[in-house]
Amino acid sequence: MAGKGRGVGAFTFNIDALGIGRGNMPEARVGPSPVFPSTDFKPVPLKAGEDEDYMLALKQEMRGTMQRLPYNIKPQSNKAEVERYTERYLKQSQIDDNEWTPDWNLFPKELMPRRKRPRAKTGTKKSAKISRKDTENILTKLDELANKDDPEKSDEETEKKPRNEDEEEIEEEEYEEEDIEEENDYIESYFDNGEDFAADSDDNMDGEATY
Amino acid sequence: MMKQMDVLDGLEKGVKDVNGGRNLGVSKDGGTIECERCTEMTAQEVRLCGLLLREHFGEVVEKVGTHLLKSGAQNLRTIIHETGLSVDLVKKSLCVLVQHGAATFSSGRKGPGSPTEYHTSCDRILRILRYPRYIYTAKTLYGDTGELIIEELLQRGHTTMSSTVKTVADRLTQNMAEGRTMDYNEVSSTFSKLVETHFLQRCPPLPGVGNKDSSAPSETPATPGTPAAPVNTAPPTPESFPECYKVPSVTLIGRGKRQLASEDGEEQRSAKRAKMDPETHGDEGIYWQVNFERFHLHFRDQTIISAVANKLDQTSSEIVRTMLRMSEVTTSPMATCTKPLSANEIFRSLPPSYNILRPILDQYLTLLVDDPMEFVGKAGESGGGMFVVNLHRALANLARATLESVVQERFGSRSARIFRLLLRKRHLEQKQVEDFAMIPAKEAKDMLYTLLSQNLVQLQEIPKTPDYAPSRTFYLYTVNQLPTARMLLQNCYKTVANLIERRLFETKESKRLLEKSQRIEAILASLQASGAEPEQLTEVEEMITAPEKQQLDTLRLHINKLDSAENQVDETIFLLESYINSTNASS
Repeated sequence: MAGKGRGVGAFTFNIDALGIGRGNMPEARVGPSPVFPSTDFKPVPLKAGEDEDYMLALKQEMRGTMQRLPYNIKPQSNKAEVERYTERYLKQSQIDDNEWTPDWNLFPKELMPRRKRPRAKTGTKKSAKISRKDTENILTKLDELANKDDPEKSDEETEKKPRNEDEEEIEEEEYEEEDIEEENDYIESYFDNGEDFAADSDDNMDGEATY
Repeated sequence: MMKQMDVLDGLEKGVKDVNGGRNLGVSKDGGTIECERCTEMTAQEVRLCGLLLREHFGEVVEKVGTHLLKSGAQNLRTIIHETGLSVDLVKKSLCVLVQHGAATFSSGRKGPGSPTEYHTSCDRILRILRYPRYIYTAKTLYGDTGELIIEELLQRGHTTMSSTVKTVADRLTQNMAEGRTMDYNEVSSTFSKLVETHFLQRCPPLPGVGNKDSSAPSETPATPGTPAAPVNTAPPTPESFPECYKVPSVTLIGRGKRQLASEDGEEQRSAKRAKMDPETHGDEGIYWQVNFERFHLHFRDQTIISAVANKLDQTSSEIVRTMLRMSEVTTSPMATCTKPLSANEIFRSLPPSYNILRPILDQYLTLLVDDPMEFVGKAGESGGGMFVVNLHRALANLARATLESVVQERFGSRSARIFRLLLRKRHLEQKQVEDFAMIPAKEAKDMLYTLLSQNLVQLQEIPKTPDYAPSRTFYLYTVNQLPTARMLLQNCYKTVANLIERRLFETKESKRLLEKSQRIEAILASLQASGAEPEQLTEVEEMITAPEKQQLDTLRLHINKLDSAENQVDETIFLLESYINSTNASS
């Protein structure tokens, strides 16, 4: 800029017009301003009164309530295996309604939690494979049980079978999503467990009590 | 030389910064060119919105919300892709945001066939800060019933009348004496009163997104030919629907149920029973939400009345209150002033407890008109004098008083004197400032430059020659009220965000201690419920040591202070926002 080098202190304009003299210049700043500068004037104290206290209480209550309502979405956290002592005691004051379903008339349909069939090929393959496996297993189990001489249990079994299928379909959808996202073979074998569990409980009603 | 450059650079920067990043152009002759209301959010607003969302809806919703705020309208796929969250979580977050009115959806920009786009705006999210004030106002106007109705609606976003009435009745019954229950009729009548006075309004029915129009046949759809409707950029306001304030005929007969302190199993069972209860009350699909604008009008009126009471006296404020009450229904929300009222009418409508004589009333009115705050103006001579309340001018003056008070508290009363001087005299030279403010030259310069470096005062160049030579240019100091108010508003947002962050920090620091005290309280409660001896109780109480108790008390004190500060900064935010919005409306 003009004046750099010779006459470092020279200004390009008549300094008197601004009303400041040479000697009155403030000190040049060295570095960024301090983070917590000392202030000459302390802030005015807060208003304190009945109204303010009531609104304070309202605010804190509202915050607490809204954190417990279903609108507060928690990220999926890995639950610790052993339930912590704290949580057991805090659970006693629980939420009034855990679930909230919006009125879908007012929301775009794409926000509904849908059963995803994103990639038709792998989905149908897997589901076809699984359902084939399922039906095979169910048939074998039925054969086994048909050889047993307990008519009541077979009724229960047939009752449990459609319910089982429904459960497994639901499980299938949920785990299908997880499958596609995680691609974990481990989960696939879960289906067998679910079915065996029901069959087992049928057979080993007495066996459970031995634990 | 560097210092002179600093000063002039600071001036340029100051002028730009004062506009608060809202793309207000500044022309060389000192006037500001305002563009239409920008939908940009400033960084401070986005930060504050993020914190408010996190406090009330959790971090997932915060992430989705802030992403939408920063990037404008987007469709679902893009949001999922850019936030990196799972589909499920994003869908749920969007549902929560739409439920609470924080997000709106519309058909995409490319026409009716493109995917729906979601859009959030800062304004609605910033309202969360004001929830306690809304609830408290409802309490003062309509008692506990009104308070709980508004609280329910604020917590749930929008609900039907029947579900609100039932929940509120249950809650009121809970707090009543043994054996007494609250009748649904009482709650319904309070609800109707809230609707009549426009504090509650119906949610607007779905805009033509391609889904069928929702709801009850009593509502009229906005556009009859929905599939062929063009993409409208502005969403319809709730008030554009004629049925907005119509209370549906609802069959609600019953009383509140008292919830007994039972074990979890029983509660779950009764909750399940309530869900499977297929009662319909004739108002399915009609959802209600809180009408924030109406509350804001009420707050504005309250502020004007209390300002008059502070400046003049109680009787004057009663007169202004009467005038505002009479004009409630005839004044539109964006009106500059109320409809003219004659002195005769005012005299007749004064509350009976105020028996002032007619000539005294005339004197008071003259006093109000002559007051420099210009709350009341005279609009004619018929009927003993026609008077109006100047709403916009009152807001501007209140905002000005706020600015002056800020300068006074931060920089001292002499700087405040300079500030006020510049507000009134518009442009002054350095020498004139010293003379008018009656402050010695050296100190005046110091103060002026401090104010300048804080962007509260601007420098305006008036050149004598086209080359802007500094020796031949006038330098005038000036204060522009509107940009300064905007800047202070951004400061307020930053303040509240800082307060929230500090509170979160304090809570996190003492998290272990807080959890321990919660645990002990829970243990105490369960012991008391099962009837334990006092020794056991004291034993449990002593698990918290004395220094820990002190630490907890200090923590409690800090958190209360921070929370209370948030509430009170929000009052300033309200005033500045109202002023800025009023200038937008009239410009």
